[in-house]
Parts: sequence; C-alpha cells; structure tokens
Amino acid sequence: MSAIQTPATRELPPARPRWQVIVVRPETMTLVLLIAALFGASLLSPYFLDVGYILRSFTLSAEFAIVALVLTMVIIAGEIDLSPAANMALSACLFAFAQQAGVPMPLAIAIGLFAGLVMGAINGIMVIALQIPSIIVTIGTLTLYRGLAQVIAGDKSIRVPDWFIGINTVLIAGIPLTVLIFIVMSIILGVVLSMTIFGRQIYQIGTNEVAARHAGIRSQRIKMSLFLLMGVVSAAAGLMTASRLGSVRYDLGLGGELQMVLMAMLGGTYIFGGRGTILGTFLAAWLLVIVSTGMTVANVPPSVQLVVQGVLLIVSIIATNFIYSRTQR
Amino acid sequence: MTDTTPLISARGISKNFASIEVLRDVDLDLQRGEIHALLGENGAGKSTFAKILAGVHRPSRGTITLNGQPVDILNPIVAQKLGITLIHQEPISFPDLSVAENLVLGRGDGGWFARVPWSEMTRNARALMDLLGVRIDVTRPMRGLSIADQQMVEIARALASDSRLIIMDEPTAPLTPKEVETLFGIARRLRDEGRTIIFISHRLEEVRALCDRVTIFRDGNKIATDTIGNLTDADIIRLMIGRPLKEFRHKARAEIGDVALKVEGLTLPGVFHDISFEVRKGEIVGLGGLVGAGRTDVARAIFGVAPATSGTVTVAGKGVTITEPAQAIDLGLAFVPEDRAAAGIFRTLSVEENISAAIPKQIAPTGFIRRTVEKALAQESVRKLSIKLASPRQPIGELSGGNQQKAILARWLLTNPSVLILDEPTRGIDIGVKAEFYDMIGDLAASGRAILLISSELPELLALCDRILVMSEGRLTADIPRDQATQETIMSAAVPRTARSGVAA
Repeated sequence: MSAIQTPATRELPPARPRWQVIVVRPETMTLVLLIAALFGASLLSPYFLDVGYILRSFTLSAEFAIVALVLTMVIIAGEIDLSPAANMALSACLFAFAQQAGVPMPLAIAIGLFAGLVMGAINGIMVIALQIPSIIVTIGTLTLYRGLAQVIAGDKSIRVPDWFIGINTVLIAGIPLTVLIFIVMSIILGVVLSMTIFGRQIYQIGTNEVAARHAGIRSQRIKMSLFLLMGVVSAAAGLMTASRLGSVRYDLGLGGELQMVLMAMLGGTYIFGGRGTILGTFLAAWLLVIVSTGMTVANVPPSVQLVVQGVLLIVSIIATNFIYSRTQR
Repeated sequence: MTDTTPLISARGISKNFASIEVLRDVDLDLQRGEIHALLGENGAGKSTFAKILAGVHRPSRGTITLNGQPVDILNPIVAQKLGITLIHQEPISFPDLSVAENLVLGRGDGGWFARVPWSEMTRNARALMDLLGVRIDVTRPMRGLSIADQQMVEIARALASDSRLIIMDEPTAPLTPKEVETLFGIARRLRDEGRTIIFISHRLEEVRALCDRVTIFRDGNKIATDTIGNLTDADIIRLMIGRPLKEFRHKARAEIGDVALKVEGLTLPGVFHDISFEVRKGEIVGLGGLVGAGRTDVARAIFGVAPATSGTVTVAGKGVTITEPAQAIDLGLAFVPEDRAAAGIFRTLSVEENISAAIPKQIAPTGFIRRTVEKALAQESVRKLSIKLASPRQPIGELSGGNQQKAILARWLLTNPSVLILDEPTRGIDIGVKAEFYDMIGDLAASGRAILLISSELPELLALCDRILVMSEGRLTADIPRDQATQETIMSAAVPRTARSGVAA
C-alpha cells in the first residue's frame, strides 16, 4: 500500500493560513471586548483605572467565575449544569448549620464539601445512568438544592465565626485570595483541558459522543468526573461566599448559574459542545466585572446594567456561532 | 377512460445525487389494476424510482405522464393531489396525534384558524377503517398501534385522498405472517377496484404470491419487466445480480493461521440469533447479506457497542466478555463503523486528533499529550495510507469521504489490532480510492491480521474474501468457501424466501 498514486478526485480546499487559525476565534472577540470595556470605563470615570479597585470588584463575582471554569469543561463535553449556584447555597447552609450546632470547623468544612460532591454525583447519575438530558436534570436539582437549603436554614441568616470571615480581604502579593484562586484554577484547568488526554477526550466527547465511544473513550466516566468536580468546586465556592458575606442564607448566590453560563458563552464556549477554552471564560469573567463596575462607577442604574449584560450575551453567541460556522466548514 | 392507456408512463427517468448516477434512463408503464413488484439489490435504484413517483426526489431527466397527461411531481403534496401515495416501511406519522388526525394530515383545507371538524373527521376515519376491514380505534394515538396497524392507517390515508397509485416500500419486513396476509388481502382488493400498487420487497415468495408483473433493477438500470409467471426464482436472482464481475483479486494470499476471533451462539433477541463463526489470522472473512439483516449489529455486539445478551466471544483462544469498546481495543480488536459521520469522525477536530483518538496511552503515557509523538504518528499514517490533505491540523470534515475513511482506518492501524472488523469500508468512496482500500485490506491480512469484512457489494466480497458468511433476517444462512462463492450462491442465501419461517421460530 506504499506508493499508489491516484489523481486527486476532488480539489482540496487550501488550509487556512496560520494567522487566521490563531486570530479568528471567539476568544479574540472576548479580548477585544475586554479592551474596549476597559477603555470605555476609563472614559466614563477617571477613577476607574485603579487596579486595586478592579480586583476588589472582582471578588464579588470570583466565586461564580471559579465555578464557570469547570462549567466550561462541562459544556465542552456536551452537557450543562445549572445547579451550581443552588449547590453553593446548600453546601454553605449545611456547613453553617453544622458549625453552629457545635461541629468542629474542619469537619464542618468537610461536610460542606462532601455535600457538594454528593450533589454533583446526583446530577451525574441522573444524566449518565438514567440518560436524562442534563438541562432537565439540573433545572430539577437547581430547585431541589435551593429548596433543601431553605428547609435547613429557614429564612434566617446563620453567622459564621469571625475568623472565618473575609477570605476576599486576604491579600497575597496585593491580590485578594479568591481572585488568586481563580487565576490559579484557570491555569490548572487550562493546562488540563489543552494539554492532557483527559482534556482532549472532553472535546472529543462533546464533538461526537458516539464516535468517541467507538474509539474506546470512556465518555461516561469522564462526564461523571466532570459532574463530581462541578459539585466539589461549587461547594468550595459556596464556602468562599459564606466567608466573604460573613453569614449564610438560603438565597446565597441566587441566580448565579446565569452569570456562570454567561461567562462561558461570552468566552466563546459553544453551547452544543466540542468547542471552547478556559482562556475564553477567564477573559469573559474579567469582561463582565469591568462592564458592571464600569457602569456602577458611571452611575448607570442596575436595571440598565442588566440590559447591557443581556445584549452582551446575545451578541457574543451570535459572534461565536458566526466565527465557528466560517472557520469550520 | 379506456384501459389501454397506462396509469403512469415513465420515460427516460434518470437521477443523479451529486455526481453519482443512481438511475439511468428508466422507462416503465404501470397499468391500472395491477400489483407491480420492483426488485433489485440494495442501491439498484428501485426505491429511488419509487420516490421519484411519489415526489420525494425530482428526476434529473425524463418525463412522467399520468393518464396520458405529462405531470411534474414537484413534491409529495403534489403527488398526493395527483393520487400517488408512498407508504414507508416504518410509517412516518405523528405518534401523539390520534389515528383520525393522522388520516387528514397534509390536507390543510380551510386556513390556519379554520375550525377543526372533529366529529366529522372521526366519522370519516371510522368509515375508512370499516372499508379496509380493520378494527382500529380511530381516537387512539398512533403511538400505541402495532407497525401493521400503523401501515393500515397509512393505507387508509391513501384511500382517503383517493389515491390511484399506492407505493409500498418493503411493507412486510416488520410484519408477522398473519399481518402480511391481511395486508395482501387489502392490496388485492384495492387492485380489483382498479387501483395500481407498486410493491417493493426482497422476498421472492411474497412477490410471487401477490404481484402480477415484476420489474428488475440493477445498478440504476431497468433490466427487465415481465409477468411474474414467466420468471423462475433463479431467473430473477440472475437478473438482479448479473453484472460482470469486476476484477479485484487480493494478490498476496495470506498464510492462514490460528483462530483469532471466535463467536459462538451470539444472540440479541429480535436483532440476531445464534451467530457462530470464526476468523483466523491472515484470513479475510466476508459477511454479506441485505441491509437490515443484522450484520452491523453483530459487529457492534462483538466490539461492545451494543453487547449481545447471550453467546460467547473468544479472542486468541481466551474467552472474553466485552461490554464496552475500550475493552475490545485492549484485546486487540478494531472496528471501522459503517456510518462514518455518526460513529467515526470528529468532524470539527483536526485530522491528527482524529487519527490518534484510539491510542491515548501511546501519545500521552503520563496523561500529558506528547505533541511531537502525536505529530509523527499522524504524519506517518498520512504518508502510509496516502491521505490527501492540506495540513494534518485541518478539521477532518474538510477532507473527502475517502480520505476521512483512510484517517479512520489509520486510527485503528495505530492500535496494532489483531482483529479488524470493517463495516462497509468502501461505501461512498470513489473508485480509485476503493482500489487502494482493497490493496490495503489484502496487505493487512497478509501481515497476519484477521479481518471480518461486512459489505453489501458482492464483487467486493468475492474479490477479497477467503470465506463468505451470509446473514438473512438475523441468522447466519451460509458459510461459503472462496472457490464456491458466486453472486448467485450469496444472493440466494441472503434473500429471505420462505416468508418469516426462518425467524418466527
């Protein structure tokens, strides 16, 4: 079979030039938007371009941003998880309830994290073993986990010990701890997704799960581990939020799932799976923070801020789809 | 109207899909009050012809006259207005709507907001069912009905629009013998009313029992039309396959060694039953049969995609249980699936990633992908299999079908398999690349691998295989050594002839 020469039966389209492969991608759009937002915000208010201020603002959505990184991987694998914000609330409530009942703090934290793991496992089992679409499963568990949080905590706030409060004010090299965690997580998950076989297989599952299974890729195992990771990271984010707020209520992180999906989409993750990067979500998280703080500084009312966020989301989805349809024939 | 003008005259009907001609200058007259069988191998053009009459496809050339009037059957709605109805094998209907609602589908008279005449609709539906002599509650949703009853509803729909030509595309395949009898009774009654029926089937017995005339297609050509009584079964089979055998003989006759893969009593109820065979090292074993005979299902079961419920698989002398493809791969099995787009390629991912998909341990022994190793392996494959591409980094979806298939084959060769299962490896591939594939398959066997080749193309099986197994309706019906294999012996084992008797047991 060495040297059989057959005439080319069909003209091959030329490969895209390398610069196009590198530049024409959704993350570029996110980056451009980010720069534009920085520029615009600094025009709106001269006080805006203060790194410390931007970092402090970022602590308000750092927990969501951390979860959004894992969510990006879940979406690339062709699934979705809408329950993480509710998971954050329930894990935090369990943790707060336990420590209030006299459970030692390390154990209480472990309880919170373990609860998150179990919640991730519940999602995973329903999606993988019972074959229910993840969007349905996690809309269900989103309600369920939030409801359980309310059952446990009632509508009172549960205070956490003073020493536990203020993770967002701990500065390491001038960077708030939660922001630092976000940055480190971005690097780790970015490496996992782009350089390991686990990450590679996430893309393959999301592109064509049937083909992946035929190629011996254990797609169920990979998806299950993603849901478990999602659960643990959500719980950790819930505890960080508890530390930042100083108390826990059942409505902790309410509506956060939309912020997370927004970050992933805005970063160019394709909602039908198979495409997206951690870098995109990383940039999108900053973009969202800068847009909202920029508007706050400029005294734009919150209602208008919502409108801007909605428009951003729609524009980013259209642009992402356009870029993918143009570059991948 | 005089009875001498045919109901339908088709003249010079040709059809191209892309650049492939699937139907060539077909002339055919259909008389009033006849049941006319269309016969031929898979892909011979009979279904395409039927679909042209039903407006599903438009002919590339040719004219159709209906009652002497030239007509242009633009789409299925026009066909229905002209009185032509196609009944699909798996009836297409709206499973959650009631039988009565399904009967009036596609007859949108009265605009969007017109009142739906429920009671009239139900009354008419009942009358139709009575006319057919079937007892179906017309207020029930379609979902609960048996396939046979769903077909009756389709036939009733044809009657409701007073169809003069009813096309049945393999209607009996999913039916029980009793249901087939009912269907035949109705078909005969419709014929006696002066309607015309086209009956497409692989089952010669049924054609003989029901049809008046038969037209045989082969490779897109109409070969013959005759009264059924004038043809013997042997005649029909000869006409169906009688093309000249193309000469592809794999040169290197491989040394045939030990048993590499052995399958005993493999059964998946309702799909295949009691399948036993073995493939030896260096041997190419063909698996022939008609589409739907269960060949692909057997391959999928062996590879663990959809495991069998009973039976044993032995790989290299050891009994194994394979419940997922990853296990099969570890045992040295490889499977190039039939449906390349659905089960083979990752369309938007690079050719490299597609080629290296089944060998994670080779390209990433530590979990981190070694890009240089991957690149080298991919380039080696591209060179060996002469895959034509602009860059190994380009998405595989940009390659032609044949080159995509080569990349999939390359993926499996990298796993260094001892047993290769190839399911229709040359489907939809240009003839030049096909010849390359035949050489590759021969070389693979010569290098001591065991190959199970599933193919619907008889010349391909005859040219490549040392032995040919034939499946029909979920059972193995023949095991033909190379020197006895002819198109006739394969086809007569593949065509289910005694209606159902093989399977019902």
